[in-house]
Amino acid sequence: MKNICLYFQLHQPFRLKRYRFFDVGKDHYYYDDYLNKLIMKKVAQRCYIPTNELLYSLLTEFNGQFKVTFSLTGILLDQFELYAPEVIESFKKLAATGHVEFLSETYSHSLAVLGSPDEFKHQVTLHKEKIQSLFGVTPSVFRNTELVYSDTIGEQVSKMGYKAMLAEGAKHVLGWKSPNFLYYNVLDPKLKVLLRNYKLSDDIAFRFSNHSWSEWPLKSEKYLHWLKGSPANEDFVNLFMDYETFGEHQPVESGIHQFLENLVRLIIKDPETGFTLPSEIVESHQSVGPLSVPYPSSWADEERDVSAWLGNEMQKEAFNKLNSVRHLVLQANDPELSKDWGYLQASDHLYYMSTKFFADQAVHNYFNPYNSPYDAFINFMNIVSDFIIRLEKKTKRVVYKGIPIEELSGEPLNDAIEDYEGILKILRQKRGPAIKIADSKIVKSAGAKATVSKSTKKKNF
Amino acid sequence: MRVLMFGWEFPPHISGGLGTACYGMTRGLAFCGVEVIFVVPKSYGDEDQSSVKLVGASQVPIKRRTYSFSQEKQVGSKSVSTSHALEMTYIEVGSKLLPYLSPEEFQKYSHEHLQRNEVSIQEFDNGFASGTSVLTEEVGTLDFTGKYGPDLMQEVSNYALVSSEIAHEQTFDIIHAHDWLTYPAGIAAKRMSGKPLVVHVHATEFDRSGENYNTIVFDIEKTGMEEADLVITVSNLTRNIVINRYGINPDKVVTVYNAVEPGTESGAEIFEKSVDEKVVTFLGRITYQKGPEYFMEAANKVLKHSNNVRFVMAGSGDLLRRMIRYAAKLGITEKFHFTDFLKGRDVDNMFAISDVYVMPSVSEPFGISPLEAMRSNVPVIISKQSGVSEILKHAIKVDFWDVDAMADAIYGLITYESLPLMFQHYGRDEVNNLRWENAALIIKTQYANLLPSRNKSL
Repeated sequence: MKNICLYFQLHQPFRLKRYRFFDVGKDHYYYDDYLNKLIMKKVAQRCYIPTNELLYSLLTEFNGQFKVTFSLTGILLDQFELYAPEVIESFKKLAATGHVEFLSETYSHSLAVLGSPDEFKHQVTLHKEKIQSLFGVTPSVFRNTELVYSDTIGEQVSKMGYKAMLAEGAKHVLGWKSPNFLYYNVLDPKLKVLLRNYKLSDDIAFRFSNHSWSEWPLKSEKYLHWLKGSPANEDFVNLFMDYETFGEHQPVESGIHQFLENLVRLIIKDPETGFTLPSEIVESHQSVGPLSVPYPSSWADEERDVSAWLGNEMQKEAFNKLNSVRHLVLQANDPELSKDWGYLQASDHLYYMSTKFFADQAVHNYFNPYNSPYDAFINFMNIVSDFIIRLEKKTKRVVYKGIPIEELSGEPLNDAIEDYEGILKILRQKRGPAIKIADSKIVKSAGAKATVSKSTKKKNF
Repeated sequence: MRVLMFGWEFPPHISGGLGTACYGMTRGLAFCGVEVIFVVPKSYGDEDQSSVKLVGASQVPIKRRTYSFSQEKQVGSKSVSTSHALEMTYIEVGSKLLPYLSPEEFQKYSHEHLQRNEVSIQEFDNGFASGTSVLTEEVGTLDFTGKYGPDLMQEVSNYALVSSEIAHEQTFDIIHAHDWLTYPAGIAAKRMSGKPLVVHVHATEFDRSGENYNTIVFDIEKTGMEEADLVITVSNLTRNIVINRYGINPDKVVTVYNAVEPGTESGAEIFEKSVDEKVVTFLGRITYQKGPEYFMEAANKVLKHSNNVRFVMAGSGDLLRRMIRYAAKLGITEKFHFTDFLKGRDVDNMFAISDVYVMPSVSEPFGISPLEAMRSNVPVIISKQSGVSEILKHAIKVDFWDVDAMADAIYGLITYESLPLMFQHYGRDEVNNLRWENAALIIKTQYANLLPSRNKSL
C-alpha cells in the first residue's frame, strides 16, 4: 500500500507600492492596493476557487478516502478578507468535510526563525490563533516559510509543542537516503521530519506543461505508475507544492485540473494506493533514523538553501535593519505599526532583491513588481526608513548621528552632550533676552506657568 | 585575413567613445590573428609639422606606420608581446575631418579657424596611451585632385577619394568603415577593389540630432548601409533604428556589443577625495543627447533631502552654459559643480572620487563610460535608452525622463551601505568579462561569412 500525502502551500505577499525617498516621513501607507487586489482576484478566479471546488467535490464523493493538507499564511488570509472573502468561505467548506489538515507556520511568511527566536514564536502563535478562529482546528504539524529547516530550527519547533515538521528532501540533506520515510530531528528525537519528494512533486509543479520535457504530455496513468514505482517498503510519498500550480503556474488550459481529478480517482480506485495526512503518517509510522541538517535548507532554487533571501549584501542589510527595531515595535505596542512590521517581514521582499534572479529568472520573476533587485532594495529600504521614523516618534526615541541616545557611550556621548548644549544655547538665545525667563520665574502666576510648559513641550518634538 | 579599416579617430586623439572603441576592437582583432590596416584622417595640428606639409590644392600627405599593441604600459627592450600578430598598419590621412561636428558646426568652425589660421582643437600628445609606435615610415604623398574647403561634405568626399587610392595600393579581404564620415570612403574602396564592405554603426543621425536630423547625413548613412554587405550595430537599440528608420534588411544587420579594456590594476595611485560628502558624477558631452538636464533635476531633488552629497557635471558641450544658468536658477550651485572637459588622468581621478556615476542619456547607441566607472568600482545609474543597458545586470536602470526614479536611485546609493558593496562584488567582475577579444571574435566570424568560401579558412 502506498499512501500519497498531498500538501498545498498558499501565500501572496502584500506587495509594496513605489515609494521614493522623498515620501519618507510623509507617506505612511506602503502597499500597492491595486496590484494586490488585481493579483488576488486573478489567482482566486483561476486557481483558488476552481481548485477548491474540485477538491470539495472529490472530498465529499470519496468520503474519507481522499484527504489533503493545506497551509495558508496569515498575510494571505488577511488579503482574502480584504479582496476575496469568498475564498475563505470556500476553505471553511473544505475544513468542514473533516478530511483536510491545516498546518502551522509563521503569520508573515517570514524568515523570523533566522533573525529572532522570540519573534518567530510570536508569529507562529498569531498564525495558530488565526487558523483556529477561521477553521476551528488546531494544527499539530509545522511547516516553515519556504520549507526552511535545520537541526536547531527543528529543535525550536519541537519546544513549541509540534510533533512533526516538513522539510525539503534535498540531495545534500538526504544523500543516499529516500524521502519516502519518516525521520527524526537529530537534536530532539521527539520531532519527526517529513520530507518532500522533490522529483515527483516538481514533475507536476514545474514540468507539467513544459512541452520540451521528454515526458510531456504527463497523463495521470503514467504518473500513478511512477508513484507506485518506489521500493515496496516505502509506503508513503510526500507531494508538496504551491497551490498556485493549479491554474496559475500551470495554466488552466494545460489541463492541470483534469489531471488532478483523474489522478485522485485513479489513486482511490487502485487497491495499492491511497491518501494520507502528515499527522496520520506521524501517528502510524516509526521514524527510520535521524536526519542531520546543520545549515538551513529550503525548497528554493538549485541550491535548496536560504541564499535566495539572504544571499547578498542588500538582503542582509534589509533583513538586519528590520530585525534591529523589534524592541521598538514591542515598546510602541501600536496595532498599525505591528501590522506593518508583520507585512514588511514577508520573505518575498527579500526574494525580490536576489541577484540570483539573473540566473533563475523564470521563477523569481513570478509576480515580481520590480525591474531589478536594486530597484527592490531601494524601494524597501525607503519604506523601512519611514517605518523606523514612525517607531522613533511613537516611542519618543532620540537618535544622535544614527545611534539611539540610550546606547551612547564614551566619545560619542560627550559629543552628543556638547552638541545638545550648543543647540540649547542657540534656542535660548532665540527665545529672547534672559529677562523674559526671569519674568516668568518671578511672576509665578498660573497663566505664565502654562505658557512655559507649553513651549517646552513643543521643543521636544 | 586582412581588413582595411576606416576610422576617424584613434587614441590619444579622441573626442568621444569611438576612438577608444576602435582601439579596443583593432587590438582584439589583432589578438584573433586578423591583420588590420587602419586609416584615419587627422587634423593638421596633430601632424608632425617637420614631415608633413600643409595641403596644397592637389596633394594629401599620407603617413604609414606599424603600430604595435602591448599590454604593458612601458614597452622596454625586452617586451614580450610585440609578436607579429599584435601589429597593425596605421595610416594617417591629412584631412581636417573632425568627429562630432554637424556640417553646420563644421562650417562655422572651419571659418573661424581658417581665418585665424589655426586648425587644431586638441593638444598633440606624443606616443599612445598604451602601446608604442615602433616603426614610422613616410611613404610620401598621394596625388589626388580634391580640394579642401570649409565644407564638411567636401571633406568627406575628399577622404573617400584618398581612400580609393589607398584601396588601390593595399591588398586586403574586407573593408570595415566606422560611422557615416567614413562610409563614402568605404564605398569608394569597395568600388575600387570589389571586396565586401562592413559598415559599423556606433551612432546614427537620430542619436545625434533627434528628429531634427540632417538629411544629407541621413542619406550618406542610408547609402552606406545599403551598399554594405554587413551592418554591425553596437546594440539592439541601434539595430532597430537601422532597420526601422533606414529600412535596412534585418538579415544583414547584426549587433556586436562594445567591450572595455581591462583596468589598470595596480599602477594608478589612489586619488584622495577632499570633500566629506558623497560625490555623484555626470561625465560626458553636455549636449541634448546626453540628457544633462535630467541629471540636474534629479540632483535638485536629492539636495532637498540630503546634505551629505555633492554633484559634479564633467564635460563640455553646447548646453554647458545653459546648464550653469539652470543650476543657478535652482539655487544649487553650492553643491553642484562643473569641471569642463576632462581627459586622461583627470577622468580616472574623477572616477576615483565618485560614489555614484549617472548616465541619463536620451539616446545612447552604446555608452562605454559606465563600464569605465564600474571598472573603478563606482556604482552606475544608466538610462534604459542606452545600448549598454541591454548587457549590464549590475547597474540601476531608469528611464531618462524619470527624474524621480533617478533621484531615488542616487539617494539609495549614497544612503544604504550595502549597495556600493554589491557593485564592488559583482559590477567589476561583470565589466571585466566584457572583453574586446570576445567582441573581435564575433566580428571575425562575421567577416568569414562574407568571404568567398575558398577564402574562409584564412
